[in-house]
Amino acid sequence: MFEYVWLIPLFPLIGVVINGLLGKKIKNETVIGGIGSLMVFGSFLVSCGILIELISRPAEERVFEKVLFTWIKSGNFNAEIGFLIDPLSALMIMVVTGVGFLIHVYSIGYMHGEEGFYRYFTYLNLFTFSMLLLVLGNNLLLMFVGWEGVGLCSYLLIGYYFHKKSAGDAGKKAFVMNRVGDFGFLLGLFTLYWYLGHTHNVWTINFRELAASAHLLPVGGVVTIITLCFFLGATGKSAQLPLYTWLPDAMEGPTPVSALIHAATMVTAGVYMIGRLNFVYIRSHETMMVVAIVGAATAIFAATIGTAQNDIKRVLAYSTVSQLGFMFLAMGVGAFTAGIFHLMTHAFFKACLFLGSGSVIHSMHHALHHIHSHDDAQDMRNMGGLKKVMPITFLTFLVSTIAIAGIPGFSGFFSKDEILWQAFANPLHGDLNLILWATGAIAAGFTAFYMFRLVFMTFFGECRIKEKAKGHLHESPFVITFPLIVLGILAIVGGYVGIPKLIGNVLGGIPNYLEHYLEPVFKGSTDFMAQQFAHGAAHHSHALEWGLMGVSVVIALVGISIAFFLYVAAPSIPAKFTAAFPALHRAVYNKWYVDELYDFLFVNPCKALGNALWKGFDVVVVDGVVNGVATIVKGIGNALRNIQTGYVHNYALGMTLGTVVIVAFYLFR
Amino acid sequence: MSQFPLISVMTFLPLLGVVLLFFVPKQSHSAQRGLALLVSLVTFVVSLPLVTGFQSNAEFQFVEKVPWIAAGPFQMNYHVAIDGISIWLVILTTFMMPIAILSTWTAVETKVKEYMICLLLLEVGMLGAFISLDLFLFYIFWEVMLIPMYFIIGIWGGKNKIYAAVKFFIYTMVGSLLMLVALIVLYFKAGAGDFTVLRFYELSLDPVTQTWMFLAFALAFAIKVPMFPLHTWLPDAHTEAPTAGSVILAAVLLKMGTYGFVRFAMPLFPDATAQFTPLIAVLSVIGIVYAALVAMVQEDVKKLVAYSSVAHLGYVMLGVFALNIQGLSGGMLQMLNHGVSTGALFLIVGFIYERRHTRLITDFGGLAKQMPIFATIFMIVTLSSIGLPGTNGFVGEFLILIGAYESELRWYAVIGTSGVILAAVYMLWMFQRVMFGELTNPKNQTLTDLNAREIAIMLPLVVLIFVMGVYPTPFIDKMNPSLEKLIVHVKSKQTAKAQIPQIPAPQALPAAVLPVEHK
Repeated sequence: MFEYVWLIPLFPLIGVVINGLLGKKIKNETVIGGIGSLMVFGSFLVSCGILIELISRPAEERVFEKVLFTWIKSGNFNAEIGFLIDPLSALMIMVVTGVGFLIHVYSIGYMHGEEGFYRYFTYLNLFTFSMLLLVLGNNLLLMFVGWEGVGLCSYLLIGYYFHKKSAGDAGKKAFVMNRVGDFGFLLGLFTLYWYLGHTHNVWTINFRELAASAHLLPVGGVVTIITLCFFLGATGKSAQLPLYTWLPDAMEGPTPVSALIHAATMVTAGVYMIGRLNFVYIRSHETMMVVAIVGAATAIFAATIGTAQNDIKRVLAYSTVSQLGFMFLAMGVGAFTAGIFHLMTHAFFKACLFLGSGSVIHSMHHALHHIHSHDDAQDMRNMGGLKKVMPITFLTFLVSTIAIAGIPGFSGFFSKDEILWQAFANPLHGDLNLILWATGAIAAGFTAFYMFRLVFMTFFGECRIKEKAKGHLHESPFVITFPLIVLGILAIVGGYVGIPKLIGNVLGGIPNYLEHYLEPVFKGSTDFMAQQFAHGAAHHSHALEWGLMGVSVVIALVGISIAFFLYVAAPSIPAKFTAAFPALHRAVYNKWYVDELYDFLFVNPCKALGNALWKGFDVVVVDGVVNGVATIVKGIGNALRNIQTGYVHNYALGMTLGTVVIVAFYLFR
Repeated sequence: MSQFPLISVMTFLPLLGVVLLFFVPKQSHSAQRGLALLVSLVTFVVSLPLVTGFQSNAEFQFVEKVPWIAAGPFQMNYHVAIDGISIWLVILTTFMMPIAILSTWTAVETKVKEYMICLLLLEVGMLGAFISLDLFLFYIFWEVMLIPMYFIIGIWGGKNKIYAAVKFFIYTMVGSLLMLVALIVLYFKAGAGDFTVLRFYELSLDPVTQTWMFLAFALAFAIKVPMFPLHTWLPDAHTEAPTAGSVILAAVLLKMGTYGFVRFAMPLFPDATAQFTPLIAVLSVIGIVYAALVAMVQEDVKKLVAYSSVAHLGYVMLGVFALNIQGLSGGMLQMLNHGVSTGALFLIVGFIYERRHTRLITDFGGLAKQMPIFATIFMIVTLSSIGLPGTNGFVGEFLILIGAYESELRWYAVIGTSGVILAAVYMLWMFQRVMFGELTNPKNQTLTDLNAREIAIMLPLVVLIFVMGVYPTPFIDKMNPSLEKLIVHVKSKQTAKAQIPQIPAPQALPAAVLPVEHK
């Protein structure tokens, strides 16, 4: 099966070609959507086959490389088109094709009747193709191809409703912010390639060869620079501080896009990249600390903003930023498995949440459209009480919300708790650990609060939509609810592949399957950490671990209770609160004015500088000189023209004077 | 070597076309167009065996050498050949020419015959410059290019055509004349013999002489590239030139400058190359960032594309002066890529200009709805210009940057890399304002999508964008042996200089420039 790995990215590419070239002629939505979905399903089947074969092999044989052809070769530099299968990439392709397939199916229902239906599926397939290149690429440059490719598709899909200026703006912002990150990615690649080649004559960007040469890299120093550069790339792609601002705006795109790209797959690319390069990252303590701090800070920062948004998708967007922060926190404390674990569970419950919100918006939109109302279909203040009309959407949404809030037994609990525990107990960061853990725990509390606030505002209480529209609200069709149900189930059971040892022991010795599975990928780093930071490894008692787990559950429950109190029991309080602290509310509601700050710091100065250079330097200085020379030459020519009188006696006078001067010069010198 | 003078046939075929055009009646415009197109297509076909017959080694191939002018001590030969450095530029020229001719099918209605004659003469000049190994021959072709381009801008140009044409002419002429002086000096330095550049390669000039001669050559080439701050003729020339003129100017003429550095300035003056590398690198990265910032605020699409050219050529120069194989092959690739993508961009600008007779960004908006095919092609070309992986632009840019990063130009590479952000900003912003948004302007609501001819023009370019992006190996394989030889040549002569004790430099300036007697 491994030999056929190239089929995985090929299928969606075929979809791109068919729908891109013929989609306009095909017109039939079922055919277009069917082709798009089936292609991804084909990739999913191949991925399943690969995963099965991988598991059936002994642990040390779980790596395979398939090289198709040489892409760029010049001198020592060699980049292939080739695919790498290992436990990490096999897991990722399962998530990408599995969740991707469900979202493709969902889109057939959601995008029904939209202009440019074929264009949508072309982009969606192109995205899947790029994402698969990103995770399967056997070298850094091919990963970068996917990395940029998903950015492009994100740009295209955010700007799908291109006639809306806000959509175009959001797409461009996403692309440019990502490019800032790509700048870092490229520099990281250059430095890594140059350093290994220059000092050890190892000229490679191939992941396996890099991993084999990891011991040649120093600890700290240049590795810190390399990893920080790559991390800049990750902050762009995965929407972390300070490059996160594009993600909330990206909600201009169709909702399934937000689920696929801006929740389940693309935005996790940064986490995946750190996982892929774990052997480099682990060699810089400084970078690990930066990653952990940025992750924790983003987790809490975005969570605060999420509490004050009224647009259902924006809440989820900030939630995604915040959850990605958790994943980076995990990577930064060396808990790579936990980070990837949370990546996976988050893909399930967040995709479900986004698709659920899409189902709600779909219904709201129809109802409002029916009565020709221009009320915002995404504003939660217009919703309420939807659980009766949309029972399946409600139930799956609730399940996923419980999962993200970290209630024991659901997938999010296992992964998040593992991250928090590792943040507390890791040997890397010493006293910082307590702060990292506390920040994460508080952010988890905020998460529980804003997510249940969302659920209560949307599904509970009185229905606040206009009276006339109420009758038009309805549950979504099966093509939409089917993916919700599957993802909802995954949001519950997805966590059981990685039960923490502590709980597993109590439950009768269930092992942490995921940790075993990923062990070959991260083993080098784990060993390195154990060796380098042996002194920092404090032994913690089981009681403490149980205690912290209890604390985080309590925090989550508190968050939920506050949400219940404010939005169900006493719904008048939030208004009073905002009235009492208008400045605070305004600041949070306006996302702490970060966009305005960036405009002030970067966007406007750049434009001003461009204008100044153009109108100042090009037009005045350079062309001033050029035109000035021309004017002077013309002036001299005009002056000289006066001499050319055409009168012979004038010339005779000139000649005589000239002769006199020359003779005088020779006589008197 | 070769029995059949393939290179000469290719180079002078357009001249035959010019002769034939004289016999076509003045009124039959379509016959003139058809003939010119046919000739350029045949030229392209004739040039193809150069690729298939080219051996991937560092030697000059398809060599033709015939004595030409012998006047006193001067001996000029008709000495032409191609190697890995020139082969793809020759193909680029013959490839772009039919596209350029086809692009002005309906745009040029006056003096069609003269227009076609100018274009074909231009092709002769460009091909001649790329194939010449005799410096004097090179100079003649170099000047030959100038004149038709001057007319193309000055006669068929826009509102401000005279200013632009004269500016183009004077700028280029200033550089050319200094180069002429320098090449005569070079001849005297080499002693009696012919003008072949191969002979001059073997000279060991003292560093001061090299400095002055390098400056003279470099000025001519830098104006052509154009390098910051000598770039201001370009936006004017581009905006005023008719579409075909802009396409040829961007796709081929600018490459004369970068080609000149690779073929002449660097191998002839290795020490001066080392000496001026920091300066050139500084100007290149200034060009990259500066042009990007200025492009961002342009209101005229064509001017924006013109400034983007300055930025792209800045990358090429950076790669070339990195003087390692990645940098040079990236630079050479980027020359081709820029030819394809920026040529395509000017064609695109031409399409909407022909429809709306305006190029102001604010006059457009929402065209994507009205012109979906155009939108798709425009998007692909834009992405190629930004250097998105998978398109041609990425391969060149990446090799340049990694090459520069490996060389002493590391920090310049870092600044240059930041250009990838700015490129995305100005191109996507422009694209958004032209193509996205509401279709508000009533004049835009009646626009028609691309017709068959226009699609036929763009299709080969779009295909090339992907082919060169996904499988650049054939291109790199053919050029790399020659580039490696060049690097060895330049570097070995630099180190040789470093080991030999330095000859005391002549005190006065003229002594360095004037010919020195040889014993």
